[in-house]
Amino acid sequence: MPAFTIKADRDQLTIDKLSERFGPAGFTHERLYDTMCFTVPREQVHEVLAFLKAELDFNFLTSLCGMHFPGLELELGAVYFLHSMRNGHRIRVKTFTSLHEAKLPTVTDLWPTANWMERETWDFFGINFTGHPNMKRILNMEDFPAFPLRKDYPLEDPTRDDKDNTFFGR
Amino acid sequence: MKEPAARPDLWTEDQVPGEGLKELTTLNLGPTHPATHGIFQNVLTLDGEIILDTEQTIGYIHRAFEKICERRPFYQITTLTDRMNYCSAPINNFGWHMAVEKLLGIDLPQRVEYMRVIIMELSRITDHIICNTIICQDSGATTPFLYVYQWREKIYEVYEEICGARLTTNMGRIGGFERNFTELAWQRIRSIIKELPAVLDEFDKLMVRNRIFMDRCINCGPISAERALQWGFTGPNLRAAGVDYDVRVADPYSAYKEFDFAIPVGRSGDVYDRYTVRQEEMRQSISIVRQALDKLDKISDKTTYHADVPDWVLPPKEEVYNDMEALIYHFKIVMGEVEVPVGEIYHCVEGGNGELGFYIVSDGGKNPFRVHLRRPCFIYYQAFPEIIKGGMLSDAILTMSSLNVIAGELDA
Repeated sequence: MPAFTIKADRDQLTIDKLSERFGPAGFTHERLYDTMCFTVPREQVHEVLAFLKAELDFNFLTSLCGMHFPGLELELGAVYFLHSMRNGHRIRVKTFTSLHEAKLPTVTDLWPTANWMERETWDFFGINFTGHPNMKRILNMEDFPAFPLRKDYPLEDPTRDDKDNTFFGR
Repeated sequence: MKEPAARPDLWTEDQVPGEGLKELTTLNLGPTHPATHGIFQNVLTLDGEIILDTEQTIGYIHRAFEKICERRPFYQITTLTDRMNYCSAPINNFGWHMAVEKLLGIDLPQRVEYMRVIIMELSRITDHIICNTIICQDSGATTPFLYVYQWREKIYEVYEEICGARLTTNMGRIGGFERNFTELAWQRIRSIIKELPAVLDEFDKLMVRNRIFMDRCINCGPISAERALQWGFTGPNLRAAGVDYDVRVADPYSAYKEFDFAIPVGRSGDVYDRYTVRQEEMRQSISIVRQALDKLDKISDKTTYHADVPDWVLPPKEEVYNDMEALIYHFKIVMGEVEVPVGEIYHCVEGGNGELGFYIVSDGGKNPFRVHLRRPCFIYYQAFPEIIKGGMLSDAILTMSSLNVIAGELDA
């Protein structure tokens, strides 16, 4: 295996602190390769992230991205990549929501950098971040008719009629 | 004469825009403006020459890389990573390879790691040369852009010798390199390492204590360390603000643990600090390349250029035609019949302008289920309005070039 370090003590501390505050039933956790990943219910996600930032010194939001698992009950998800620079510790926090209730609380109040990340997630997955100062599309045009990174959006533009499939071996 | 300060809180009374100046100007800076070095639009609200507000529009060259990744086998995604930060494409390529190797559990021979480090550091030098010479260009000094820029060409000649391409390199494969470095490539690397320090010294002599350049850059577009962290700055821009965060040291990847180098930091996070931090990083990179060459000299093996992973490294073409096993592996790789573990990983490297991260979710299929690219300049470019607010229009241009915003990476 390639060498990567696992911060087992910091991971354990994070788990302990979280279960102390939210109870062991308030979240699930699993280690995926070198990083501990927490899954929290979406009602609590803001509270958990604020707690992690204040208590465990996760001062840096590395990234934020959306996910789509079609077929699951809660099919849309968001992943927060947290980094505590002082402790050299990274974790991921995930939260899931259903398609018809695609709303999450914004974290721009905790990390201003979440601004564009949340706009990107809205743009591609249609997750609305409530309380966001400027919730509109960022990379796609504003009247784009779909959320393109959802799994049901085809890679090729389905409205095109200038391509004949017989010429492309399909 | 007292010079006008860039920040409104430092304005003296006579510099505050007068009550008589009620008329504000709206200026469209971009999308295609020669001074923006890329395609992005800023709609500025100006009071005279003072910027009051900025509205950014990005996405003009958005190519949906994250979506395309979901339809491509792992080894074909490398070509997409070239097109993000094209000023230092090999770092992106290797970053992607390292992410996949982490997912697959591939361990690389030491020689390959050193070869990667050499190329990554040379790419960092090209990235910084581009950025710093453009800062000079935008502040009115054309010489560095013409003279130091040659060295970027010389490094591109190294790429050319290694992989055949110059800008969008697609260098290396998952598990190592596609072929060994030629003797000419080694010669070119050695001559660059020998001659570049003198050029950098000359560059410094021309610019770094130049009164005009200092007056132009000091206190132009500053950002504090706290704000930089809140805005998600990484790379030279964060280090210029005084935070010594470098992925090569914080989370050492490849062989960086074995090298001795310093992380230069600035203090005020202005254009001048960003410039000097990059300047020093180039010297550190040269030192890393030199150390790597020394370490390579101590390794007797001169032929290994990839890990022993026939599932991922294409066999030589002559063997494919004459050898049964090679043909099978060739077929397996090209048709994507190779097993990938289920899992998710995040791997980050220190790119030319910050922490470049790859988040892969694999469901075991031949394509990744989801790829998220953490592009440093997408994240820090959103702080641009705050940095330039209250400054002059010409400072905004200089600030933008010093932030090293690369349109290809911004829009991915």
